[in-house]
Amino acid sequence: MILRELRPALSLVILFSLFLGFLLPEAFTGAMQLTLPWQANGSLITSNGQVIGSRLIGQNFTSAKYFEPRPSALSPNPYTENTSGASNLAPTSAALLTTVQGRIAAYTKAFGPGPVPADAATASGSGLDPDISLDNALRQAPAVAAARHLPEASVTAVVDQLAQHAFLGIIGTDRVNVLQLNLALDQLPAQ
Amino acid sequence: MTTQGLLYIALLFALVLGAAFPLGRYIAAIFEGRVTWLRPVERGFYRLAGVDEARSMQWQGYAIALLLLSVIHFGLLYAMLRLQYYLPWNPLHIAGMSPRLAFNTAASFATNTNWQAYVPEGQISNGAQVFGLVVHMFISAAAGIAAAAAVMRAFTAGSLKTIGNFYVDLTRVTLYLLLPVSLVAATLLVIAGVPQTFAQAVDVHTLNAGAQTLAIGPAALQEAIKELGTNGGGFFNANSGHPFENPNAWTNLFETWLLLVIGFALPITFGHMVKDKAQGRALMAAMAIILALGCVGSYAAEAAGNPQHIAAGITANGNWEGKEMRFGIPASTTFNVAATGTSTGAVDSFTDSYTPLGGAIPMFLMQLGEVTPGGVGSGFYTIIVFALLAVFVAGLMVGRTPEYLGKKVQAKEIKLAMLGVLILTLFILSGSAFSLVTASGVSSLENAGPHGLSEMLYAWSSATENNGSAFAGLTADTPLLDYGLGAAMLFGRFAFMIPILAIAGSLAAKPKLPASAGTFPTTGPLFIFLLIGVIIILGGLQFMPADTLGPIAEHFLLYTGKTF
Repeated sequence: MILRELRPALSLVILFSLFLGFLLPEAFTGAMQLTLPWQANGSLITSNGQVIGSRLIGQNFTSAKYFEPRPSALSPNPYTENTSGASNLAPTSAALLTTVQGRIAAYTKAFGPGPVPADAATASGSGLDPDISLDNALRQAPAVAAARHLPEASVTAVVDQLAQHAFLGIIGTDRVNVLQLNLALDQLPAQ
Repeated sequence: MTTQGLLYIALLFALVLGAAFPLGRYIAAIFEGRVTWLRPVERGFYRLAGVDEARSMQWQGYAIALLLLSVIHFGLLYAMLRLQYYLPWNPLHIAGMSPRLAFNTAASFATNTNWQAYVPEGQISNGAQVFGLVVHMFISAAAGIAAAAAVMRAFTAGSLKTIGNFYVDLTRVTLYLLLPVSLVAATLLVIAGVPQTFAQAVDVHTLNAGAQTLAIGPAALQEAIKELGTNGGGFFNANSGHPFENPNAWTNLFETWLLLVIGFALPITFGHMVKDKAQGRALMAAMAIILALGCVGSYAAEAAGNPQHIAAGITANGNWEGKEMRFGIPASTTFNVAATGTSTGAVDSFTDSYTPLGGAIPMFLMQLGEVTPGGVGSGFYTIIVFALLAVFVAGLMVGRTPEYLGKKVQAKEIKLAMLGVLILTLFILSGSAFSLVTASGVSSLENAGPHGLSEMLYAWSSATENNGSAFAGLTADTPLLDYGLGAAMLFGRFAFMIPILAIAGSLAAKPKLPASAGTFPTTGPLFIFLLIGVIIILGGLQFMPADTLGPIAEHFLLYTGKTF
């Protein structure tokens, strides 16, 4: 009985491997490279002929001139290696609580006292989160404006212009892409 | 919790259940051989493989064909993972996997589990992902749906000797269902920004004068079949939390829809096959009610946030640790609950960092036996087991021989059904207990206290139930967990599926009795709630002591301010 089934079982494994594992991805990748090359290659942003990032992937910004992204659990160099992931620390983790307290202290030191937006003190799932909440961006705006010697209003205007909102309040969140935001700031005329 | 959040959950259910009716009818047409638009390709496969499509198999033959194909495919993947260094399409020269990791990964993908003990970005080549994993994602999903077709046929008429041809079911499901839907879905995902390229890395000079390496690859096609086939194996380590797998809130909604839609369509298919649509709707209703409760529960827990972090000074708008900004809380929790209510196991946010109750719900849905709506095919045949147990319980109450759809349910079927349920429980509880008394198991834990227990219990629940999601802090690539969880996946899939095919064979042979005044109706609210009760009591209650020591204990400790 088993011998009788050997030929169809083995042949179907080989046929489907060739069909679904070779022919299909080759054809589909080719079609996507032809028709949607920008998306299919990672939604890359170029400036002066150099790839400066992906529209979808967050970057680390440490200079006071720039808005800072969400904390990343990737170590030792967040947002740089080709890895992704979360802290996976438990809600009752002492290490997580200490880390969150440290982030709150650093955030209030940099951007003034007051409640800290939750996304600014917690690590994202991918470690590559491109967005911050609108609250977080507006809270950072005065310090960024000061570092750039710009009026606060012109920085918040850029934030407002690039802000993305939840569709009907249901799908998505109110947020802003940090790389887009910082890129737009660099392109503002100097005062 | 906000009204908008609840509306999101309602919107998802409307989209999924709305699509399940026409899709269920279409799948019935596939099972009955009435779909023919790729007939020349289909016939080509049969001719090359030597498949006699007119031959219908007895349950033993069906099971042997399914097992044999799975064993061969498992062996092929194992070899590919060991030898990937020497195989083509490995631009980063990634080394072959160790024997134990290759065993674990091959078992994982051959069983539709997609547990990932490896790190995708560093431990598997693009070639092995595409030629190995993606093919398994199609074939293991199709095999599960084929087994569901065989079980459905057992109820269609009386005194049947055979329950279909496995190769024909497998080929038709792949060609007419999984392939076209995946292609359309993958195209939509590329439009939204999911990459599809043969490159494996892009170097970037960042704005802040630094360097960044972006992992990239043929992710869109894998993403589509990963959700549609309730597989769950991410192209990237962060799975659907990675912006390249899930670029925005719309793709997140779409991916959640994809992973639920076949699971909810199959009971409708069943209604068409047995020519009694209300039977299918009743099974669907039981699945949907449990899942909806899970979605709302997990959302409520995460929206409440972490009291310790709020006390430390963050705004109280939910628990954001391990979640992505673009999705928001309700869409994140709903994705993870849907992916554990099905056997997908994909994540768009990290369950290890969920609040204790927010993370307990995904774990409990797995422990229920993956029926809400479960894996593609496997969820359907598992809920049939629970339906048989439900009519058996009802029969005991009124003292009549129970029957389901005119088929008498007798000692043999109930013994086989209980065997299946107990095999799963045995693996989950004894596996977790054994791991937690060994030094190796304890050293795998990321977190201490009751959360550590949850991590291990979650891993064994996930592997045995063929889900594949994790409390991902757990270090899974150890000899104990590679071999232990690998074995749990194989037993959880095949030692459960074979008794069910045996039940199908036994029921198929019985005459189909016409319903009489004394027949317990299996369509109305009474049956639906009895079925839900049986699922929760038989499937879930045995895990309550363990779950109490894990997430429930942690919940109370969290609110007393205790940390570990």
